[in-house]
Amino acid sequence: MSQYLKDPMFLRQIIMDHYQYPRNHELVNENDEFQLHMASESCIDDITVEIKVEDNKIVHTGFDGVACTIATSSTSIMSELILNKSLDEAVLIINNYLDMVSEKEYDEDMLEEAIAFSTVSKQANRIKCATIGIDGFLKLIEKEIAK
Amino acid sequence: MLNVSEIRKDFPMLNNKKMGNYPLIYLDNAATTFKPDCVIDTVVNYYKNYSCNIHRGDYELSYQISDEYDKTRKVVANFINSEDKEVVFTSGASESLNLIAYGYGMNNLTKGDVILTCEAEHASNILPWFKVAEKTGATIEYIPLQNDGVLSIENFKKAMHSNVKVVTLAHISNVLGYVNPIKEITKIAHEYNAIVICDGAQSVPHVKVDVKYLDIDFLAFSGHKMCAATGVGIMYGKYDLLNAMEPFMLGGGSNARFDMCGNIQLKNAPFKFESGTPAIEAVLSIGAAVKYLEKIGMDNIEEYELELKKYAISKIEKLENIICYNSLAETGIITFNVKDVFAQDAACYLNSKGIAVRAGNHCAKILMNTLNTSETIRASFYFYNTYEEVDFFVETLKEVTVENCINILF
Repeated sequence: MSQYLKDPMFLRQIIMDHYQYPRNHELVNENDEFQLHMASESCIDDITVEIKVEDNKIVHTGFDGVACTIATSSTSIMSELILNKSLDEAVLIINNYLDMVSEKEYDEDMLEEAIAFSTVSKQANRIKCATIGIDGFLKLIEKEIAK
Repeated sequence: MLNVSEIRKDFPMLNNKKMGNYPLIYLDNAATTFKPDCVIDTVVNYYKNYSCNIHRGDYELSYQISDEYDKTRKVVANFINSEDKEVVFTSGASESLNLIAYGYGMNNLTKGDVILTCEAEHASNILPWFKVAEKTGATIEYIPLQNDGVLSIENFKKAMHSNVKVVTLAHISNVLGYVNPIKEITKIAHEYNAIVICDGAQSVPHVKVDVKYLDIDFLAFSGHKMCAATGVGIMYGKYDLLNAMEPFMLGGGSNARFDMCGNIQLKNAPFKFESGTPAIEAVLSIGAAVKYLEKIGMDNIEEYELELKKYAISKIEKLENIICYNSLAETGIITFNVKDVFAQDAACYLNSKGIAVRAGNHCAKILMNTLNTSETIRASFYFYNTYEEVDFFVETLKEVTVENCINILF
């Protein structure tokens, strides 16, 4: 793992960068089948995520909505991480991420920039923010797998 | 003038309580309020020394606590200047407003009738009326708000017409803290034979509300927003209107007689609305809370909160990074945003400094249309907040940047 990812200053910049310039920040699917609206019950984050799958591989990710720094940047980072991965690989990455934010054992090499959220559990009320879009991706992927 | 430092000694939550590593500064009083010792003691005293049901037992303890319970109705009635029998105990303002909609609206409105309200109402004062409209065929109309979110009497007059049977409005808006001109509204509405329902959740705890002077037909409010326990609220209604209402819950306590043919003889109001064992300790606590507020004086409370708000606004207006949406509202609610910072991020930064505020889309529609933002931060005062707390709050607001909001994660 890169030493950069252990430097809090660098991690802050990652979050800032993904908040100010979110990646895949666009919804292109008209089809509800590939979209999921996630509205937090505990805060005001309101995000819609989408994926497109071809031959068991995620070939497109997107999201949009009104959300805080943590929800926006975590969704943006994950939209990059799972892109061009197989459905099984994506599930593994996401579950690994969810383990990290809930303070369980996890494999940091798999998470790349998402490691920036390794300390989010210090602010218990923000765990929901750090998972709202990612939970959405996971639900969409599970739906694809179940097909 | 209030002696706030003495008052604060009455509140365990205000004595050396910390949030994170900072002294707690509680500015979410529009959501709920802290409890003074006299209220907490009342709750504990019930469980330690009575713990019996009311109106049921032929034994001394039950009689004594029933007596205290009945006296509380008198205390509340005196507080809002109503008759005792016009005070119904509920679980809170939400239940009160639902009871009015289901108990009165559902049974007294028909197709063609109009329910008049505005876009700034709390969900519990509008969603039940959606249901009433759906079932009865009545329609809902909205009084247009001014650009600053104020409900003017001129706009009310324009919106009022002879098909309006119910006007339902907050006395003080939970979003922007403006005081609606209820006295003028009831006068005009009554000329059209419409009734006026007043959501007093944000007014009764903070200003003197006299139902006779304001000529309100129904008033709803919660105990927990005025220093009492959670789980208790009040529905006030003029007695003839209470008689024209059906309870939406039946059971023990509300009926006098019933037989196997399905005939039910309900008790008179207010008892017909009070089925089942209530939150006895919470009801008793509202009596203690009212006495406590009366001792301080509602006029003093109103005056102090307004001064505190004006002081806060005078300082906040000097901050270049703050947009305030309701500088002129004459109550202790400040609705604002930090420029270029998402409301929840800013609220979390304030939390990291021990300051409790609420971020949210308190009422999305008015905010979107009137304020051009989907979320805001709300800081709301009560009489126990201090000038020093405002100073620290304002100093902390200066530090709110996206960078600092992210820094608190590390």
